[in-house]
Amino acid sequence: MTNASPTVPATGPIAPDAPPSWRAVRRRVLPGFGLTLGFTLAYLGLIILLPLAATVVKTLELSWSDFWSAVTAPRVLASYKLTFGASALAALFNVPCGLVLAWVLVRYDFPGRRLIDGLVDLPFALPTAVAGIALTGLFAKNGWFGSLLDPLGISVAYTPIGVWVALTFIGLPFVVRTVQPILEELEPELEEAAATLGATRLQTIRRVVVPALIPSVLTGFALAFARAIGEYGSVVFISGNMPMKTEITPLLIITKLEQYDYAGATALAVVMLIVSFVLLLLIQLVQRWFTAARQR
Amino acid sequence: MKFFRTTITAVTALTLGAAALPAKTYQLLNVSYDPTRELYVEFNKAFSEHFKKETGDTVRVQQSHGGAGKQARAVIDGLPADVVTLALAYDIDEIATRTKKFPANWQSRLPNGSSPYTSTIVFLVRSGNPKGIKDWDDLVKPGISVITPNPKTSGGARWNYLAAWAYARRKAGGSDEAGRDFVTRLFKNVPVLDSGARGSTITFAEREIGDVLLAWENEAFLALNELGEGEFEIVVPSLSILAQPPVTVVDANAKKKGNLEVAEAYLKYLYSPVGQRIAAKHYYRPIHPEHADPVDIARFPDLELVTIDEEFGGWQKAQKEHFADGGIFDQIYTP
Repeated sequence: MTNASPTVPATGPIAPDAPPSWRAVRRRVLPGFGLTLGFTLAYLGLIILLPLAATVVKTLELSWSDFWSAVTAPRVLASYKLTFGASALAALFNVPCGLVLAWVLVRYDFPGRRLIDGLVDLPFALPTAVAGIALTGLFAKNGWFGSLLDPLGISVAYTPIGVWVALTFIGLPFVVRTVQPILEELEPELEEAAATLGATRLQTIRRVVVPALIPSVLTGFALAFARAIGEYGSVVFISGNMPMKTEITPLLIITKLEQYDYAGATALAVVMLIVSFVLLLLIQLVQRWFTAARQR
Repeated sequence: MKFFRTTITAVTALTLGAAALPAKTYQLLNVSYDPTRELYVEFNKAFSEHFKKETGDTVRVQQSHGGAGKQARAVIDGLPADVVTLALAYDIDEIATRTKKFPANWQSRLPNGSSPYTSTIVFLVRSGNPKGIKDWDDLVKPGISVITPNPKTSGGARWNYLAAWAYARRKAGGSDEAGRDFVTRLFKNVPVLDSGARGSTITFAEREIGDVLLAWENEAFLALNELGEGEFEIVVPSLSILAQPPVTVVDANAKKKGNLEVAEAYLKYLYSPVGQRIAAKHYYRPIHPEHADPVDIARFPDLELVTIDEEFGGWQKAQKEHFADGGIFDQIYTP
């Protein structure tokens, strides 16, 4: 009967480090495992799986050969290259920049720190179309940046570089916000200890700081990458949407919808889903491997 | 005396009876495309006043604007529009075939193919016309940069493309090959393909990209007045296309809401002298110019206009040949 009373801790102390098991779950101070798990499954099913299933079902209206020719048309292939390539480059670029930003925000106290902290979230909050129009305004030939870059022969707006700029902008907060809490828990004492034990500055960073941050950096990268792949609103303004050159896959999906080709649109969506899912899974595996290697 | 009393009773009864029948309020939803915003703001007000005077009932018209394709999709997916007023017959055809909420011959229900006003495609150039653009042939010259939205995503851009095609084919004595060659060369001069007409106007006016913007006539006039006085001028080509933005009642939706008669009256009012005058004021060419202010009519230049039905065999055919996936427009960009 002792286990039946959920508010009374069962015999023995609660061991948070014990390997998870049904027994450990049943001994939680707060009840409700069944209820919350049920809710979680129902919610995920309703909000995520159901729309995805509908996407797949709609795609099944196509025969295999129609599906294959829809998702491998030359224009579509060019758009995958741009979408996934620019997204990966943008997320990669955000890793070092986001790390430095998070480091500055956590480790130093200076006037305006809170303001900068708030600014980091701006790309989250700004409607993406606003971001796209603002960036295009800046980087067009008559904009502030564009007018400086143009004499050097560099055009950003209406080129793949513009796509990358927009994706970098929207991806930044993901890296900063995932690394920040880990950095906050990483005590400076550890670095001091490393230093007193004779480690050089570089060694301290390489052996102490970086390994602790890698899992969160990978998560941040994955989030920024995934967000960039699906981005539409900001990119269509700055990319110029030229076939074979600056068309992103989400634009082609919209193009198909404009022709009432619902099945063709969902076919592209299914391809993007599968590729994104596989990439995210790979990143998660790498992250696991790092965490395991570190604990060894 | 008795007669007098009866009369009073009758009058009282009538008055009471009338009072017992309260004036109705109708909520009408008009789903339209982007550049009609200003037109319908004024027209809705005029119609409400007219309807109140005629029947004593109140009509509130709600407007929804956006790209024509997007708007049509919203109605297909269940947006309860009482009337649709879109840029192309093709989009309304799609609503008819996919929802069956109104008959497929909807275009014959109102005069002039259900288009109470028309428009056309003209060129907008920078002040002083520095590149000396006069007609379509000037657009395909090397070094000329042309701004148009993407015909795959914009109804207006489809009119642009077809106008160019019609011009080239007429000039070459009816050769389709000449049409194809001309639009290929034209789109080689297009550096940016925005997804909608407003996007292209911004690219041309604010970003200062391109020498010439292919635009709806009414958008070009708006740009003249609102995007900086004296910065642009309109160039009228020798030939263009007659753009017929049609309107129709979505019968099943209107019936369900008890709005069928009001919706029909609403669209008929577009053809009335008041409706025609308002259309002309907002730079749409009224089909009855005699009702409009002559000053407004004088703004419309004379030019030869061809129709989509005569030149291209209707929207269904044009859409399939030119703009469907793998169609002629796609082939321009296929390496």
